[in-house]
Amino acid sequence: MNTVYSINGPVVKVRDTSDFSMLEMVYVGKDELIGEVIGVTAQETTIQVYEVTTGMQPGEPVRGTGAPVSAVLGPGIISNIFDGIERPLQDIAAIDGAFISAGIRVENLDGRRKWKVTLKVAEGDEVTGGQIYAVCPETSVIEHRCLIPPYMAGKVTFAAPDGEYTVNDHIITVADGNGEEHELTLCQKWAIKTPRPFARRLPIDRPLVTGQRVIDSVFPIAKGGTAAIPGGFGTGKTMTQHQLAKWCDADIIVYIGCGERGNEMTQVLEEFSGLIDPKTNRPLTDRTVLIANTSNMPVAACEASIYTGITIAEYYRDMGYHIAIMADSTSRWAEALREISGRLEEMPAEEGFPAYLPSRLAAFYERASYVETLCGTEGSVTVIGAVSPQGSDFSEPVTQNTKRFVRCFWALDKSLAYERHYPAINWNDSYSEYTDDLTGYYYDNVDKEFMPCRQRIAAMLSAENKLMEIVKLIGSDVLPDDQKLVIETARVIRVGFLQQNAYHKDDTYVPLEKQFRMMSTILKLYDEAAAAIAGGRVFSDIQATGIFDTVVKMKYDIPNDRPEMFHELQAKIEQAVRGE
Amino acid sequence: MAVQYLGLKEISGSLIALDHVKDVAYDEVAQIKLSDGTVRTGRVVEVDGERAVLQVFEGTNGLSLENTRTTFTGRPMEMALSEDILGRVFSGAGEPIDGLGDIYAEKYIDINGRPLNPVSRSYPRNYINTGISSVDALMTLIRGQKLPIFSGSGLPHNKLAVQIVRQAKIADETGSDFAVVFAAMGAKNDVADYFRRSFEESGVLSRVVMFLNLSDDPIIERILTPKCALTAAEYLAFEKNMHILVILTDMTSYGEALREFSSSKGEIPARKGYPGYLYSDLASLYERAGIVEGSEGSVTQIPILTMPNDDITHPMPDLTGYITEGQIVLDRSLAQKGIYPPVSVLPSLSRLMKDGIGEGYTRADHSDCANQLFAAYAKVQDARSLASVIGEDELSPLDKAYMHFGELFEKYFLGQGFDEDRTIDQTLDLGWTILSALPRNALDRVNDRLLDEKYDPEAARRLEETGVIDLG
Repeated sequence: MNTVYSINGPVVKVRDTSDFSMLEMVYVGKDELIGEVIGVTAQETTIQVYEVTTGMQPGEPVRGTGAPVSAVLGPGIISNIFDGIERPLQDIAAIDGAFISAGIRVENLDGRRKWKVTLKVAEGDEVTGGQIYAVCPETSVIEHRCLIPPYMAGKVTFAAPDGEYTVNDHIITVADGNGEEHELTLCQKWAIKTPRPFARRLPIDRPLVTGQRVIDSVFPIAKGGTAAIPGGFGTGKTMTQHQLAKWCDADIIVYIGCGERGNEMTQVLEEFSGLIDPKTNRPLTDRTVLIANTSNMPVAACEASIYTGITIAEYYRDMGYHIAIMADSTSRWAEALREISGRLEEMPAEEGFPAYLPSRLAAFYERASYVETLCGTEGSVTVIGAVSPQGSDFSEPVTQNTKRFVRCFWALDKSLAYERHYPAINWNDSYSEYTDDLTGYYYDNVDKEFMPCRQRIAAMLSAENKLMEIVKLIGSDVLPDDQKLVIETARVIRVGFLQQNAYHKDDTYVPLEKQFRMMSTILKLYDEAAAAIAGGRVFSDIQATGIFDTVVKMKYDIPNDRPEMFHELQAKIEQAVRGE
Repeated sequence: MAVQYLGLKEISGSLIALDHVKDVAYDEVAQIKLSDGTVRTGRVVEVDGERAVLQVFEGTNGLSLENTRTTFTGRPMEMALSEDILGRVFSGAGEPIDGLGDIYAEKYIDINGRPLNPVSRSYPRNYINTGISSVDALMTLIRGQKLPIFSGSGLPHNKLAVQIVRQAKIADETGSDFAVVFAAMGAKNDVADYFRRSFEESGVLSRVVMFLNLSDDPIIERILTPKCALTAAEYLAFEKNMHILVILTDMTSYGEALREFSSSKGEIPARKGYPGYLYSDLASLYERAGIVEGSEGSVTQIPILTMPNDDITHPMPDLTGYITEGQIVLDRSLAQKGIYPPVSVLPSLSRLMKDGIGEGYTRADHSDCANQLFAAYAKVQDARSLASVIGEDELSPLDKAYMHFGELFEKYFLGQGFDEDRTIDQTLDLGWTILSALPRNALDRVNDRLLDEKYDPEAARRLEETGVIDLG
């Protein structure tokens, strides 16, 4: 029997054994704490333990499981809240009370609950990996589709009749080419660090519509794409993630709270069960999975939570769903890597982070995908990761390395947050590489003028940025009228368009149609005013009509379902600017 | 009789190593008896086969490789707790030091605590009226929150903390189930004494539990101090249903103790020599605040930390800010202007505020008032920086109005007496009065209906002329 030799925080070593393989899941100590093998040499095997090792002694047993650390995938995942290694927190609370002890053992998925299963294959059918063999309604909006494990193919030799089953009930038997029989239940295991296979990647050309103007209109993200939200504390990373989780048009949200505040997860739990998804009229929890590994929970499990989350997302992608992952925050994950690396006494690279930080980040973000699945449908995983740069310094290693692997960068800005300009996404530092990929979609589905409008809005903001350099030195009074107009229009864009009120019933989610009309109204105001100024009208006269403030307030004054009101507003603009 | 191990293998800083020990558990506590009869306490920080590394809380002065007998207790660090701890004074390691004898324990609890299950938390919503305008209006303290004070050496953070304790107590409906846990880490003797005296003067001393690790006490003990304090707080809150306010000062000294300990262990440092696990270590403290579902008590934390060189990007304030639910930042230039409390409004924040204010909690117009004050005060900074370039005379009328508003805001809204306890109505009304010093169309965060009700330039003028805050 293998026994513990040394203990240093979450790192445990076993001497002189060759029984373990890399990334194998092991049970450590007499309490059977869950751990993962992270290093194997002839002399010693290194294990990181996902729970607190207080009280463990050398000589306690270490038992291998022969399999890598895996997630159990099956119905019952949606609407649930798990810790970093997919243990349901509600069940833990039921057994263990309010505080979590080490070594607690619960089933990953509720084994007593019965699901109303409809079979999709019959005895004698030939099946291949990824094919759907049974379905059951998991929540009111998600149909769970049980998939033949990816690398399995053969003939169905047994199929249970339609009916009510638990996750562990035997549903079908598949005899593979070698005549070996596999009994399939409603659930399966998948190693969390291995990406799930798919038929092929599809080009990325559809936006993830979030209803947030600064994102959808200015820095859009595509389904199957990646985005990072870096920002110092108090700049609204979590708030932005919450808004996206609430309103984006993905079928399923996987929300990973990795090393963040406990109260925030409680808030998500409470708030999401009270909110109704406008598309399905069902509570948001019916499409949400929460993975909560708060900052005071063991650090190694924090690292695992990211992988658990993305594995669950890929599983639902393979059923043909569009998933969005919110990872808050990837910096905590990187710090977990650093902590473990430090305990292993590895040679550090920058700021104590291990040299393999970039490759780990890349491996994670590359699991974002828009694919044709093995069962022939389309599905996607969009990854949105928050980054918490130390000292709000974007040059630190996690932000810099993340930047290399994401194509959308929403930089949160402290000074905007200080002004209470939310979302505090800085338009000068942020970028999206998806605008070209998505042009076609906006052209066909929103308006032909959408992208040109966006371009002009962006140009206006950057023109303002240049002018502000001058204003900072000499004040705005000395500028000529046309430049004053640029500054005033940019203000309208900033306050009336980019700033969005998450607590306002209409403004919290704005459809693309309205976003476009808002942009074109602002540009109409600019064009009219520019023409009037060229025709000799004084800028301050136009300003005195209050028309700029009227336009700023259109986000509140025009409800989302009354687009025709923009015509009235545009008529008002003409009147005011032309001085009629 | 437990096995005694004679002598040591190695001594390095506050760490000692023993060889050929059997059945030693990670994190367990050991008694180290010196040949002169004194006993020190140590904790196992690493086990490597038959070699154990221990940290000695009282330091390794006088230890040699031969003059010790070490006994392992077989238990992690625990604290003896009962309701009698109220009014008592403990050392940083949780030993009574007030000469009143040991605590007759109802319960022994592991000071490391256990993580609170997020599904068992109640989301904090009840605000604590501190009577301080800047805090109540702009960074409302919520029961169960962790809201640190970021300060600098020489700023009145201790005074502010005392004022919060004193006035928050008065605001409590019953007052009876309220208690304070005070932990001093590396604090100067007079700071600890200042707190003790202030508690005494406001008559709460019998409801205060003090943990004192003064600046000349051993650093290893300092690492235990907040853990002991929070264990006591959790016990009182969740088992005795009390509302506990925990004051931890100074977290920067705690961080430095951790750094010293880490480097003596030979760990690889991350930023500025602090260990890579500083974040998770701080989180294991700060996360021990909150409300547990089904319990009537709560733990609210006000950690105080002095930012070295007033640098908010230093690892201690930086990582703290990522964990805590907001921060109250004190500003030296305001303090130099003679404004107390010198709360720097813009970088300060309370994350839990949005759900604990408004109708049914404070007042319906609270969030509008707060937003507008923030937005307007942000403009003040712009106007000031412009004025420093082109001179105040050259400013546009609007910028001049902002400059003027800024002065009023700092003088009357931020500034208030140490004994001045303002109600939330007074605070918000004062906020509207000062906002009314601005032209009406500059108040762009507020809708017209509310402005019709609240906009009163006449009141602003009166305030300015008389200098008297009309608190209705």
